[in-house]
Amino acid sequence: APEAGFGLGRPALEEEVAAWDIDIRPDGQGLPVGSGDVFTGEEVWVERCAVCHGDFGEAVGRWPVIAGGFGTLDGEDPVKTTGSYWPYLSTVWDYVHRAMPFGEAQSLTDDEVYALTAYILYSNDLVDDDFELSDENFAEVSLPNEDGFFMDDRPDTELSVFTGEPCMSDCTDGPVEITMRSMVLDVTPDSGVVTEA
Amino acid sequence: MSDLIKAKGLKPAPKNGGTPPDASRRAFLGAAATGAAATVAATAARAASPDPLITDLEQQPWTQYLGDGVDAAPYGMPSEHEAHVVRRNVEWLTADPVSSVNFTPLHELDGIITPNGLCFERHHAGVAEMDKGSYRLMINGLVDTPMVFTMDDLMRFPRENHAYFLECAANSGMEWRGAQLNGCQFTHGMIHNVIYTGVPLRLILEEAGIKTAGKWILPEGADASGMTRSIPMEKALDDCLVAFKMNGEALRPEQGYPVRLVVPGWEGNMWVKWLRRIEVGDQPWHHREETSKYTDLLEDGRARRFTWEMDAKSVITSPSPQAPITHGPGPTVITGVAWSGRGTIPRVDVTLDGGRNWVQARMSGPSLNKSMHRFYHEFDWDGSPLLLQSRAHDSTGYVQPTKEQLREVRGENSIYHNNGIQTWAVNERGIAENVEVG
Repeated sequence: APEAGFGLGRPALEEEVAAWDIDIRPDGQGLPVGSGDVFTGEEVWVERCAVCHGDFGEAVGRWPVIAGGFGTLDGEDPVKTTGSYWPYLSTVWDYVHRAMPFGEAQSLTDDEVYALTAYILYSNDLVDDDFELSDENFAEVSLPNEDGFFMDDRPDTELSVFTGEPCMSDCTDGPVEITMRSMVLDVTPDSGVVTEA
Repeated sequence: MSDLIKAKGLKPAPKNGGTPPDASRRAFLGAAATGAAATVAATAARAASPDPLITDLEQQPWTQYLGDGVDAAPYGMPSEHEAHVVRRNVEWLTADPVSSVNFTPLHELDGIITPNGLCFERHHAGVAEMDKGSYRLMINGLVDTPMVFTMDDLMRFPRENHAYFLECAANSGMEWRGAQLNGCQFTHGMIHNVIYTGVPLRLILEEAGIKTAGKWILPEGADASGMTRSIPMEKALDDCLVAFKMNGEALRPEQGYPVRLVVPGWEGNMWVKWLRRIEVGDQPWHHREETSKYTDLLEDGRARRFTWEMDAKSVITSPSPQAPITHGPGPTVITGVAWSGRGTIPRVDVTLDGGRNWVQARMSGPSLNKSMHRFYHEFDWDGSPLLLQSRAHDSTGYVQPTKEQLREVRGENSIYHNNGIQTWAVNERGIAENVEVG
């Protein structure tokens, strides 16, 4: 440990860091050596993923949709998928590897994760069916919505606008009207809500 | 002994007193509300006959017989008459209860501290059941010496105590398109406010020695979701805590036992539970929880990223849909909570007429940085319908906007960070409903 601190803890061993440090960055930092193609990815997908996410990433029931949704982000019902919304392929690799399949995380080999990532690209029509993804060509793949994000701009667009002494009396021309009622929807769990006397 | 005392067969009081112990909360409230409507202002009404809860000893067994001894409840629970004060979930919100959320019963709480057992839960892979002895915290990346700490190590660092709110970024997110869920537990209950005891993250990072190029940290959870978020070093060195106690006792398992990260004022997702590792890097990682999730889609199809701070917000907790006015016209207490991720709450305004006229509420209790504040407004209700709203001001001068003002900037699809003003419509019988007004 460095001289400045309290002298608490102990240096981490290389094997320990290697066991826990599995994160991947957009520039490829953290990617292990390996590869996988679309066909292999499809096999793994059908076996490990399709039960929730559908054969083509279209999703079963309420589980997340993985593919499609292009052109919907500025519409009324955006479909945010890896293809239509996610900015970086590294996030796909990192997340599938660290947290999927749901209920059996970290059970996929590195090559299986490459193959699944290739299949996810294919199911989003972003690569051909003979595509093989590896640590070497990983950085060449960019996702369609990479430029769709910008840094929190509330300081410029909201904070100054929502500041200052607000109106305290006669703030509206006339009485205020109810425009929407939650009881019409009636989707609140029964417990604890009093609806009528 | 206690057979005599467990007097669960208590008869409901015949007239105007007491809570029938075997009646459900809902039935009680409904009945009480009806009674209130039928009997005009009961203020200082003279009793027609003696109250048996005073005059009849049989109805007060606690006065005569012995109660439980001190050995009956090594860890006490709330009164059985408070059994309705519980976390609730909304089944249709998520595909699965394991990656899901439940809600703090704000409508039943007062003051500013959330009891540990009622703090809302948000997991992405369920509750990781860890023990203190197996706990390890690793610091690695751009540091002089990658380090491993045990729980015993953490307990030897200098500690601090702070009350902070933790609000889920998605709190009120179901309300972007209009009034949907009927109750402040559901519209505003993804929040809790507790006193954390922990070690300033700065001290632990300094133990490993941050390299000059280290500008970001990546805290990671030990659960099966492997929760990760990128946090700028400036915040990490400012007020983040590595916490192991909440309200004086160990963290609850569902709140990250034995150790969680505390990121004051910032969206709850970043408060990584079951904290097992912190990596230091020179740029953000753009992981799933800061790209696919916790990015805020605007109307033009582009999205804000790294919307960390939770803006000033408030809600009236009573009256509210789960807490109607049951006493009829007369003296009435309005109360609620307010908070800001950017400072304290010096002032809350309250309106009874949907925002046409406002009065300043009375703040009560401690005013702490990035913590919940409690406000009250007492008034004489004449029994006419009300449109209740509260409007928080924070110490930066920011005033809580209306939902309409937020929608003008963001549209309806941003999911997160809805801090718009909430309206409750209260009818002549005191029943409250979640509404929007215009």
